Amino acid sequence: MSFFSTRTAAPETGSTMAPTADDDRGGPGAPPPARPLAQPRGDQRHPLPDKPIPIIDCENVDIYYGKFRAVSDVTMVFGRNEITALIGPSGCGKSTVLRSLNRMNDLIPEARVTGRISYHEQDIYGSDVDPIEVRRRIGMVFQKPNPFPKSIYANVAYGPKVVGMDVKNMDDIVEEALTRAALWDEVKDKLKQSAYGLSGGQQQRLCIARTIAVQPEVILMDEPCSALDPIATARIEDLMDELSQEYTIIIVTHNMQQAARVADRTAFFTARPSEDTGDRTGQLVEYDITRKMFSNPGDKRTEDYISGRFG
Amino acid sequence: MASIGTVATAPLRAGKAGERSGASIGFLIGLWLAVAFALLCLATLLVTSFIDGYPRLDGRLFTQYTSQVLPETAGARAAILGSLLVITTTAVMAIPVGVAAAVYLEEFADNRRWYNRLIEVNLQNLAAVPAIVYGMLTAGFALAVGLERRVVLSGAIALALLILPVVIITTREALRSVPAEIRQGSLALGATPLQTVWRQTLPSALPGVATGTILALSRALGEAAPLLLLGGLVFVTYDPNGLLSGFTTLPIQIFSWTGQPQDEFQQVASAAIIVLLGLLLLMNALAIVIRNRYQQHW
Repeated sequence: MSFFSTRTAAPETGSTMAPTADDDRGGPGAPPPARPLAQPRGDQRHPLPDKPIPIIDCENVDIYYGKFRAVSDVTMVFGRNEITALIGPSGCGKSTVLRSLNRMNDLIPEARVTGRISYHEQDIYGSDVDPIEVRRRIGMVFQKPNPFPKSIYANVAYGPKVVGMDVKNMDDIVEEALTRAALWDEVKDKLKQSAYGLSGGQQQRLCIARTIAVQPEVILMDEPCSALDPIATARIEDLMDELSQEYTIIIVTHNMQQAARVADRTAFFTARPSEDTGDRTGQLVEYDITRKMFSNPGDKRTEDYISGRFG
Repeated sequence: MASIGTVATAPLRAGKAGERSGASIGFLIGLWLAVAFALLCLATLLVTSFIDGYPRLDGRLFTQYTSQVLPETAGARAAILGSLLVITTTAVMAIPVGVAAAVYLEEFADNRRWYNRLIEVNLQNLAAVPAIVYGMLTAGFALAVGLERRVVLSGAIALALLILPVVIITTREALRSVPAEIRQGSLALGATPLQTVWRQTLPSALPGVATGTILALSRALGEAAPLLLLGGLVFVTYDPNGLLSGFTTLPIQIFSWTGQPQDEFQQVASAAIIVLLGLLLLMNALAIVIRNRYQQHW
């Protein structure tokens, strides 16, 4: 039995995985297939509903650091099994929004969220909500690959252990998670070796494997490719495409081509200086289907940004 | 622009203010002298101890108890065993408390609270408090709870209090050197803060904690003042056999022997100093090995 089988529509093949991205990529090290730049992927996939089927819903969300309002009045719906990109210039609050979606912002002592962020219609900032449980369901991959200073195996096994998953065979879970993260073939002979021996791109895929090993429903990615070379980036993007069949992915990126390549929907944020304090507060300018955002944006600022006139 | 050209084409001869000027060379010589002085003092200490003590550095030193009348039969057996027992007890008391305090301050304490800031400031102060004050504190504590002052437990309490601030400070530094990304990675998987500390942060910090702790213990090992204040015994002719047993330690024994008029006692004191130095060297070497071998490079 596949341990992912509860939610996945993929054939259940136990620990030997169904063929994945590895096959069409011709094994490790092979260059990824050439793809046209900036071709919206909405065309290649399932028809996208006009309105996203909500999984995370932000209503009038303001985020403060102490007295400073970092983000103001964000209202948007993240769609189930979609890839949503958050783009915008530096300091526009897109990472802040991302981190508020799984309460990673709680780690900053002064951070505060007002408004409502709901996940399956439960307010994740509700007084009876355990942030630990939120983070388990809504996983996160960081900008800089951050494997633990342990073996590759231990990195993946860590999550299931700490969240107390009912694990029958940890080896199967590790293999399955690594396979899904398109890393298994490259590391299957050195599972006991330190994760620090891997390349940056492999480390980042290990972090993705580690995240999916705890079976989250949503994966947040905070500029996951900004520390990687173009080949490693392409592999992560392919992987995101694969994963979006089962997971909801929300990605912050500085790279507009990346948003155009991978995202079903894109949200554009920008920062506007406040009239009374002069603080630059981030706000959501436009949120739409990626194809439309990049071909026919509804707001002048979006158009200026994606055509490279500012930011 | 002429001036820039002039500078660029000027000869590269040593000028008066260059690194071969009189002031520079004088300064360098001063530095060398300072280093030489420090090393010379250390060498003198080592060499004279070694010359004086070497003839007595034999089996008697390790197997015999001290003697008041027969210096040639005097040994440091009780002091060596006493030192080992006291330092082990000190470690058992100081390390868990110190590490736990450091984890609280570094991982859980909210720095905006006044009491946490107060603890911070006082920790630095405590590290600078003279050792003998901890002896007085322990004497008062022992009196209050009805504990004998001259037993292993009292001595270990004094030494544990003495090194506690150092253990806390070095542990905090080791914890601080663990990157925030490791904690975030763990928390983002749904681990609790406690699991994160226990399974990620603390194991990653362990080499630093071990190094700092061993260095602190080696300081405690050489300490005599607080134990003398507690009335540490100088004439022990039995093995310390428990926490409530009387004891002596190497520094106390050395102190006592050097106070004797006979030359033979001076000799055996020198031999005991060699043993003490050997122990200290061993502990410091262990700290260095742990640091080099297990230190994490992020």
